[in-house]
Amino acid sequence: MTLQDHSAISRVMRSDRGIKWFVGLLLAAAVLLPLGHLLFPPESSLHVSTYTLGLVGKYMTYALLAVSIDLIWGYCGILSLGHTAFFALGGYAMGMYLMRQIGTRGVYGDPLLPDFMVFLNWDSLPWYWHGFDMFWFAAVMVVLAPGLLALVFGWFAFQSRVVGVYFSIITQALTFALLLAFFRNEMGFGGNNGLTDFKELLGFDLQASSTRVGLYVTSALALLAGVLVCRWIVASRFGRIIAAIRDSESRTRFIGYRVEHYKLWLFCFSAMLAGIAGALYVPQVGIINPGEFAPINSIEAVVWVAVGGRGTLYGAVVGAILVNYAKSYFTMAWPEAWLYALGVLFVLVTLFLPKGVLGLVQRFKRAES
Amino acid sequence: MSMLKPLRDFTERDRVFDMVNPALRSPKLDVSHGTVLYLEDISVSFDGFRALNDLTLYIQAGELRCIIGPNGAGKTTMMDVITGKTRPDSGSAFFGQTIDLLRLSEPDIAQAGIGRKFQSPTVFEQHTVFENLELSMAGPRGVWAMLYAKLNAEQRKKIDSVLELTGLQDLRFSLAGSLSHGQKQWLEIGMLLMQEPALLLVDEPVAGMTPQETERTAELLVSLAGERSVVVVEHDMEFVRSIARTVTVLHEGSVLAEGTMDQVQSNPKVVEVYLGEQV
Repeated sequence: MTLQDHSAISRVMRSDRGIKWFVGLLLAAAVLLPLGHLLFPPESSLHVSTYTLGLVGKYMTYALLAVSIDLIWGYCGILSLGHTAFFALGGYAMGMYLMRQIGTRGVYGDPLLPDFMVFLNWDSLPWYWHGFDMFWFAAVMVVLAPGLLALVFGWFAFQSRVVGVYFSIITQALTFALLLAFFRNEMGFGGNNGLTDFKELLGFDLQASSTRVGLYVTSALALLAGVLVCRWIVASRFGRIIAAIRDSESRTRFIGYRVEHYKLWLFCFSAMLAGIAGALYVPQVGIINPGEFAPINSIEAVVWVAVGGRGTLYGAVVGAILVNYAKSYFTMAWPEAWLYALGVLFVLVTLFLPKGVLGLVQRFKRAES
Repeated sequence: MSMLKPLRDFTERDRVFDMVNPALRSPKLDVSHGTVLYLEDISVSFDGFRALNDLTLYIQAGELRCIIGPNGAGKTTMMDVITGKTRPDSGSAFFGQTIDLLRLSEPDIAQAGIGRKFQSPTVFEQHTVFENLELSMAGPRGVWAMLYAKLNAEQRKKIDSVLELTGLQDLRFSLAGSLSHGQKQWLEIGMLLMQEPALLLVDEPVAGMTPQETERTAELLVSLAGERSVVVVEHDMEFVRSIARTVTVLHEGSVLAEGTMDQVQSNPKVVEVYLGEQV
């Protein structure tokens, strides 16, 4: 047996059947759901509605966020309780592009200014809104804005050796600060209402079902690519080093690794991934507002990872989809119970399933064999 | 008064400022004067307790030095100062003639060539034995390089040879956490060897080892001395006697006596410190 095979593909797939199952299922979902939508007439029982596509597409973006959290939490022990801040920043970057695409079709018909700026009697576009009429610029900002914030924040936090629960608390403070900032009208991001009333993306009508299918497939493929790239990272020697940092940070320093650099790189990468997830989320739900920065959202995202099982990547995907499906169900069937259900779920998982749902599956398999 | 100190430092005219004399990033070890480690007048206090008290100690290149002393003599604190974990209140510490240890971080010091084995074995328990050695291997430590790093045949051979030397070849794919105490000690010694340090600091290497294992450790340490310098802190007098050429006795944070084992043992001051203990 060669310990490290030389091709990138084998490095990603090696010694794990779970990842093969995951890739197969995700590809199937990426193909079958749109087929079900396009091939079967609405009255057929096999028909997949636009609503379902949008819902599953949204879950996919949540799953990508969960993967970005699992990468730093499961593999490097950094528990960020502010990761939806990066998700929301990516979402805002995409939202700004979509706002600029509205053009004269807004309520006030101003060719340059989005509606909320006209409403606030602004006469010119703020400097940071320039460039967002171009998709490539917005796409760059989707990763750059969260990445830069993570770089600055992470640099200070890791350089000062802020670890464990203290790090988690300041990430909560970070996302709360951004929540308050984005609520302000003067910030120029639409204040309380955020950005909404989007019309088209790259010339495609956002209401058209073909665009919905396109967004769904893009989200599924982005999730697949995200998981595979993360696998590639954690299967490298870099991956073994971050796991070493998780298990014994000072020991890793004493064999000569600059722990801060490793953490910072990983944190920035994870933030960028969360940003991409946010950018795919916004056109599918049609709105981005400061509520996305709410500290509770970040905690919820961490619960998804815990439920699915840390340190496997696809466990995070399973957790995100399971919990969000439960959430969709609960909020329809019994709305006021959802937060309690979430709390109970987290307590139960922590007490009885320390390795999440996937850990349970593994335990059953071991019991069989 | 302490507030005035930075000002005083600034007005001293015979002094070269740190900023015009920057620490070398990856300096080369220079032992042309035959001394690999210079510790001079090192003092460290923790909340008023003086762990090190004007400690002055020189280690020759290629030497095997044993350091003994009663509990609280400052042995571990001394290692902490050398490896950058603890910054002294005063004094200077140089690795070779050129490398100022007090201005380097822990990873920089490790990369400059000082390896450390801890008192209680600290290995990466969730990694296999092989991976533990791979991570300790001397070489580049940059983030990007590690993303693409692959073992070449030579590095593989190096790991194999260390596995053989430490007797862990059959356990290479076992998790380090599943090893026995003695095996963990050996693994940590192996990790130290992989780092190829010029100076090895070994804290109580034979604690928890069987007599046979202790003997093998003694052989290994003796064989390492010569091309590398080895500093061993140990309580086991039998072990110290079996390997040591020069012994340094620490007491209350400074050097009490230095010499061969016999000289040290007949030193009345040492006998007094170890009163009642068999030296």
